[in-house]
Amino acid sequence: MDFEYTPDEQAFREEVRSFLAENLPPVKERDSSFLKTWLSKVREKGWVGFSWPREFGGSDGGIIEQTILKEEMALAKAPPLGTSFMGLAWVGPGIMQYGTEAQKKKFIPGILDSKVIWCTGYSEPNYGSDLASIQCKAVLEGDEYVVNGQKIWTSGAPFAQWIILLTRTKFDPEVKHQGITCLLVPMDAPGIEVRPIENMAGDRHFAEVFFTDVRVPVENRLGNEGDGWRVTVSALANERSSIGEVTQMFDKLDTLKALVKETTLRGRPAAQDPKVRRTVATFEAKIAAMKYNGLRYLTKQLKGEPLTSETSVNKLHRASLEIEMDDFAVSLTGQAGLQLKGGDQAVDNGSWAKSSLNWPNVVIGGGTPNIQRNIIAERILGQPKD
Amino acid sequence: MNFGFTEEQSLLREQVTRFMRETCTMERVRSMVTTENGFAAELWDQAAELGWLGLITPETWGGIGLKWVDLTVVLEETGRGLSPLPIASQMISTAAILRLGSDAQKAEWLPMLARGDRCTIGLYDEANWIHPDAVTLTGSRSSDQIILNGTKPFVPDAMAAEFYLLAVRVDGELGLAAVTREQVEVHSQPTMDQTKPTGSITLKDVTLPVEYVLPMSEADLEFLNDVGAVAVTAEMVGAAEAALTMTSEYAKERIQFGKPIGQYQGVKHRLADIYVDVESFKSLLYYAAWCVDDAPEELPRAISLAKGYASDAFADIGINGVGLHGAIGFTAEYDIQLYLKRSKWARPMFGDSDHHLDRVATLGGL
Repeated sequence: MDFEYTPDEQAFREEVRSFLAENLPPVKERDSSFLKTWLSKVREKGWVGFSWPREFGGSDGGIIEQTILKEEMALAKAPPLGTSFMGLAWVGPGIMQYGTEAQKKKFIPGILDSKVIWCTGYSEPNYGSDLASIQCKAVLEGDEYVVNGQKIWTSGAPFAQWIILLTRTKFDPEVKHQGITCLLVPMDAPGIEVRPIENMAGDRHFAEVFFTDVRVPVENRLGNEGDGWRVTVSALANERSSIGEVTQMFDKLDTLKALVKETTLRGRPAAQDPKVRRTVATFEAKIAAMKYNGLRYLTKQLKGEPLTSETSVNKLHRASLEIEMDDFAVSLTGQAGLQLKGGDQAVDNGSWAKSSLNWPNVVIGGGTPNIQRNIIAERILGQPKD
Repeated sequence: MNFGFTEEQSLLREQVTRFMRETCTMERVRSMVTTENGFAAELWDQAAELGWLGLITPETWGGIGLKWVDLTVVLEETGRGLSPLPIASQMISTAAILRLGSDAQKAEWLPMLARGDRCTIGLYDEANWIHPDAVTLTGSRSSDQIILNGTKPFVPDAMAAEFYLLAVRVDGELGLAAVTREQVEVHSQPTMDQTKPTGSITLKDVTLPVEYVLPMSEADLEFLNDVGAVAVTAEMVGAAEAALTMTSEYAKERIQFGKPIGQYQGVKHRLADIYVDVESFKSLLYYAAWCVDDAPEELPRAISLAKGYASDAFADIGINGVGLHGAIGFTAEYDIQLYLKRSKWARPMFGDSDHHLDRVATLGGL
């Protein structure tokens, strides 16, 4: 065991740090014009799609360098490296792996240059966790698919330009996974209607998306017909290391500790209350566990062993921390903790109250905790499938 | 960056696994604990021959000079099979002599321990308080001798040991007294976990030359408790994994309502949660073990995170392990109950979760 970085790795970390010192103003001074400059500068550095092959405009960044980049970005509270989170996380990798040459040429630059925002059409009203049963229909007519059906909980749909869409092309009830085909569809195609849904935090990020006789040229199919499930699963398996998340969680823990230190509980400093101290330390233990779990899994990757379902461990920790930390802050501060932004006694300007209503973004999207438990029990422990 | 084990460490793990599978089997463990001192000399001799008892002893003093990370590999595997061999006590004693002994004492005692002369250590006199003030066994000084009177309770592996290192106070100052079996009375303190025989050591006018009470600061005491916690948590990792495997296998075979019970989410999700906990305190423990030799300034926080997490998590695993087995898990015949007992034993050892999490809070600025 050692936690040393090689001189090259250390030099890369220094490069990232000095770039950030030069180009990243304090959080309060970051306006929209800063964001535009930021995006073009990180693009110039080759840090957008850093792990992607050079031939597609990436930098062939190694696993350790990716980790360093994410860690330093998170430490500096830097904004994202692109505007299309989903484009960078799985649409781009999916296209590079399964796309035609024409698709690569057409779509990859838009993602890297932050010109095109993607959303993801997976969940349907009746099929969320049971994703492989989706029913949104695509029928091949000549050289076009005709799409009819509905998606829901589609994050980013109100402002995305393209959608990666899972459709059903085989309707035999015996065929489930093999009947799914993946299409790339412009959101302004005739027949698409987006109806934003207000969430419990009052935001309108996700939406219902209706498809009525939407015509999609066959060259916009990603992978072969019937390959949609494989395309989706392996693109999602471009699993990011959780190191950036861990840094953010430690940061949030510091903010929480600061809140505890300035809070009085029943006439005494909250920081002296045994239950409060224990709760905060429990959060720290879970976050630290995420960190060292992540480093163990990273070591596995560096040794060339593929990661399988271990990443579900940290997803479960993350899910419970997302819920519990905000909930604890709100509960600790009693009635003041309930006040939203602008309230005269709002705690940290209502940010805890707000985020305590936003946990489903992280906890439900990408597989609910119970799905993660199924994955661990079935794929790691070998329990029979549900 | 490498948070994994080396080839040599993997070979060491295989060696211990083979010893546990072929020699220190569960059948053997069950018979060992019914003997008077819960010990088996021929197994201990094998452990000594294999070099495990001198694992962290420098070569100068008859050991093989490895680190706590290597020791973790051994304790994880002996813990997996609930071995009653007092390796952890021997290692904590070794760490104490390395840290507090004079050069002459190291030269005399360390080779003895590496060869297999059995030594254990008793730190606190209170049942549930890890604090310098909880060392109350006192001695008085008369010219160049120290006279000890009183009883040190809760000494792990007391029955099998031949030498004892006991935390004492002499004129208010902390010290670690080195005494032999012949100088003291040993009384068994039977606990629910027979694989961890515990006893009290009574001293009646035990007279020692001053140099046999090793000077010990509060920081030294804290360090010894920390490495004790590393040793116990390493055993907990192995034992918890064994309990999970045992329960998981049972869930695949046990049919109810026409299906293996592992197919029901009430069962499989609990198994998944156990997996998450074991993976997590294992990672925290590995980091703490690394800190002992390579980043001692980070050891207090690192081990408190690990033991703070593991204490209650393992206790839950013990309960859920028995519970998921149903009535058969409640029988003496099935091994899962032995793991429940070990989890209860391990919880307060070198500090429970309340102790360690409160320390995490303090170290983290609260």
